[in-house]
Amino acid sequence: MPLQVGEKEMATATETPIPELSKDEILRYSRHLIMPEVGMEGQLRLKQAKVLCVGAGGLGSPLTLYLAAAGVGRLGIVDFDVVDFTNLQRQVIHGTADVGKPKLASAQESIHAINPNVEVVGYETRLTSENALQLFAGFDIIVDGTDNFPTRYLVNDACVLLGKPNVYGSIFRFEGQASVFYAREGPCYRCLYPEPPPPGLVPSCAEGGVLGVLPGIVGCIQAMETIKLIIGQGQPLIGRLLVFDALGVKFRELRLRKDPDCPVCGTHPTITRLIDYEQFCGIRGEEPTLTMIGIPEITPREVKKLIDDKQPFVLIDVREPHEFQICRIPGSTLIPLGEVPKRMHELDSAQEIVVHCRSGQRSARAVDLLMKAGFRKIHNMKGGILAWSDQVDPSVPKY
Amino acid sequence: MAVKIMIPTPLRQYVGQKDQVEVEAKTVAEALSKLAAEHGELRRHLYNQEGKLRSFVNIYLGDEDIRFLQSEQTPLNENDVLSIVPSIAGGTELRHMEA
Repeated sequence: MPLQVGEKEMATATETPIPELSKDEILRYSRHLIMPEVGMEGQLRLKQAKVLCVGAGGLGSPLTLYLAAAGVGRLGIVDFDVVDFTNLQRQVIHGTADVGKPKLASAQESIHAINPNVEVVGYETRLTSENALQLFAGFDIIVDGTDNFPTRYLVNDACVLLGKPNVYGSIFRFEGQASVFYAREGPCYRCLYPEPPPPGLVPSCAEGGVLGVLPGIVGCIQAMETIKLIIGQGQPLIGRLLVFDALGVKFRELRLRKDPDCPVCGTHPTITRLIDYEQFCGIRGEEPTLTMIGIPEITPREVKKLIDDKQPFVLIDVREPHEFQICRIPGSTLIPLGEVPKRMHELDSAQEIVVHCRSGQRSARAVDLLMKAGFRKIHNMKGGILAWSDQVDPSVPKY
Repeated sequence: MAVKIMIPTPLRQYVGQKDQVEVEAKTVAEALSKLAAEHGELRRHLYNQEGKLRSFVNIYLGDEDIRFLQSEQTPLNENDVLSIVPSIAGGTELRHMEA
């Protein structure tokens, strides 16, 4: 018989050995309780569960909201970031009024508003090789809601070393992936991808971004997998990789196998403690920016002066057409970086040329290309259109 | 053998936005090299400078990882479906991607 929240059943419930749900909780979770797959036992397991979510961003938002609503007893969150306007397009746990606040505080408020029964344990810190094992130790399940390769390998290795399941989700533009890496029962992330892409092959600026709903979908799959692990129902994604193509609306499933030679979960592991993941991913501390030596620079203020003084010069914008549509500097000509080699002939090397992009990185490459082709009267506008907005024209939107 | 290669969304820009490409090939290696020959820009995303398949790009035949079959020498049958599954991390920050 499905449980009915009536006086008679309540009286019986108080006589059962684990009467841990209050009357309010029984009402709150009634749509779980009336499902035999969850029931009182499953709901109590949820209440006793301790789940750690690494990241309170695009994936972490739906994930923590749903886990909280479902009644997970203790929800840990690791995040040291601050909410900004560009987050709001997808990080639905944060609102407009939260901009400028720590993501952790904002997430805690949202979770508390949904379900005050959940104990939120916040760690306002970057996850590192020094703190990961200690942080993870207090939780049953770790959910990976990060957005970079070093942290993904760190989360994986720490989970393998501690024998905990890692509920994985990842997104890029229109592509989503999800799995459960649980080395005790199946493969780990390194069995799937032994190495990360080198920073140079990380997609270029023009290819960045994500459709805001996508982390919602993938984060919800992670929440579902987490709950299934807790209540012990269904077939978890252990040993399977779910690949989602949002453009074609296609979910596909691929088989994952445990790699016997896996350096961390294989038969003869070579990684037996946490390593330096930035180094492993080829990042080495600083951002993978391209600081080219010998690139002549000009500041946005100096460019503005050239315009005001009616000095003859050409302003080239090397961003992509869709970025040009967001904002532009009046009088600039668009030649996307990828087209610079074949469109060089459109430029006159006798003229003064200023090249700019969004932040100054791509334009530095363009200037380098042009200098190698013999252009001498050429400058890179320092800080790109972002700096132009800061220093010259605040009406130019930033993105 | 006519086989289908499923192209993941991040790599579609190198194949004219197609979600799948058909090639004639007897092995996985032949199928991928034909794909790369037809779509030059895709090559550096699939192979490293030594011409080896990159370790962060997995190739599946049906739902099976070719590393657990005969790798690139895996023979293909008519109507087989190959999938390219690249490693993605979820970065949405432009500033990390401008390098």
